[in-house]
Amino acid sequence: MTVDIDKTADPQGAPPAGPQAIKAIPVRHYGRYVSALIALAILAAILYAFSQGKINWQAVPDYFFDDRIMTGVGKTLLLTVLSMLIGIVGGIILAVMRLSKNPVTSAIAWFYIWFFRGTPVLVQLFVWFNLGLVFEYINLMPFYKDYWSNFMTPLLTALLGLGLNEAAYMAEICRAGLLSVDEGQTEAAHALGMSHGKTLRRIIIPQAMRVIVPPTGNEVINMLKTTSLVSAVQFSELFRYAQDIGQISGAPVEMYFLAAAWYLILTSVLSVGQYYIERYYARGSTRNLPPTPWQRVKGHLMSFSSRKVTA
Amino acid sequence: MTDKLPQQDTAARDTSVPMVKAEGVHKSFGQVEVLKGIDLEVKPGEVFCLIGPSGSGKSTFLRCINHLEKINAGRLYVDGELVGYRQQGDKLYELRDREVAMKRRNIGMVFQRFNLFPHMTAVENVMEAPVQVKGMNKAEAKERAMQLLERVGLADRAGHYPSQLSGGQQQRVAIARALAMDPKLMLFDEPTSALDPELVGDVLDVMRDLAESGMTMVVVTHEMGFAREVGDSLVFMDGGVVVESGNPREVLTNPQHERTKSFLSKVL
Repeated sequence: MTVDIDKTADPQGAPPAGPQAIKAIPVRHYGRYVSALIALAILAAILYAFSQGKINWQAVPDYFFDDRIMTGVGKTLLLTVLSMLIGIVGGIILAVMRLSKNPVTSAIAWFYIWFFRGTPVLVQLFVWFNLGLVFEYINLMPFYKDYWSNFMTPLLTALLGLGLNEAAYMAEICRAGLLSVDEGQTEAAHALGMSHGKTLRRIIIPQAMRVIVPPTGNEVINMLKTTSLVSAVQFSELFRYAQDIGQISGAPVEMYFLAAAWYLILTSVLSVGQYYIERYYARGSTRNLPPTPWQRVKGHLMSFSSRKVTA
Repeated sequence: MTDKLPQQDTAARDTSVPMVKAEGVHKSFGQVEVLKGIDLEVKPGEVFCLIGPSGSGKSTFLRCINHLEKINAGRLYVDGELVGYRQQGDKLYELRDREVAMKRRNIGMVFQRFNLFPHMTAVENVMEAPVQVKGMNKAEAKERAMQLLERVGLADRAGHYPSQLSGGQQQRVAIARALAMDPKLMLFDEPTSALDPELVGDVLDVMRDLAESGMTMVVVTHEMGFAREVGDSLVFMDGGVVVESGNPREVLTNPQHERTKSFLSKVL
């Protein structure tokens, strides 16, 4: 997109070379106006199409804080937190195994990651759920013995399915983080007489966190959404409750909107948390920490008021 | 930086035991032999300079001294003790990581790329090892760290992160960090090579003060002026062997070997 610069301007009127601020006529980006118009038109068409549908919008606020929905939100959050905990702990263990000099542990970690990343999580959930068909009992010799069907509750199925799958992804994220720290850091710590463990805890991991936190935030948000799959193995969470209400109340599509709205709210809250955690681990890596959104708002207000003073 | 470091008690030290002693040290990386039999001795209280072209093995040798690299053949002693191994009869036993770490406490090292811990402030960098390795309490370590930062002229930068410091300032913090462990030997791996020419002087001043305080120093450097002025001994290495050694003023002004002459003619 090239636009001719204004060559007709009087050369006498051009600012003389010197410390005077440049006052040039900006380039007009006509292409931007056109593309903005097209985008707006498409958006309007989609909104119009939805306004023509027979959607009972009132049903969404009516059920928004329904007891069953709130229970569902709670269970979704619980499942997200617990699965991520399993995923993170498992991921750290796998990453350390994978990076260890022991070829056996390293190979086992490789195999685990290969298997759990290479199969769909929905298939894994069904496998956990239906293992009762091939194992009648669970028998942890001296500690515990029970029928498989009693042992493998929907919650445990969901946790194992989501958590073990997540561990494979977290392992790769942690490994990338540990590898991202410059080798000179390990050498400097060792040269000071620090042990391997201390070096890892005090020097490597805090720096690796900068690389680990952003993708882990994505994983948490992804996990929150993936929990909707576990309705397939009889665990009731937000999506399942919304579906149930939809069938009873005769407003199924509206209840899907409601569920979508709740997922959006939850993921938005999580993104804000992620921003602050990232900011914490950016200490020392940037000369000045980026301002928090609140500081940014305050900054803008200050600049407005100072502009008034100078004007 | 202007005030002198306190004189160390060098008289009490047994000067008959060399601080570093290398006997036929060999080191290979895979097929490449980097050190082909190094023999040398660093006396206590001495400033020992290693010069040579890049790839000559001088940095590798330095890293062998605190066992960051394992040697393949020969013997290397620090303060009379074997580096990385324990000898019983005629058998050598590899030291455990913990034992290696114990020995490294007594050897300070300063790197070309500083290698400060970027997630800690200057004073936290200096405190880290005394607190974590020696178990010193934090208040005491902080006080010590502040004294050390004062010595290297950076007391006013204590709260800054490494990314907020210039290269020369970072290197001086790195020297303070190494000194915090009260080492009896300091290793410098091209400490000024990554610095702007303007900032080299500040770092060399700190090293000069350190030398005057009686610290034993092994310095890999390209600063011939520093070697001539401060050095007590100098070794010219090339191709993994010691080509020439002696008093730095003599070697630098009147080199005997052709290789030394051609190297010095390019760098001086």
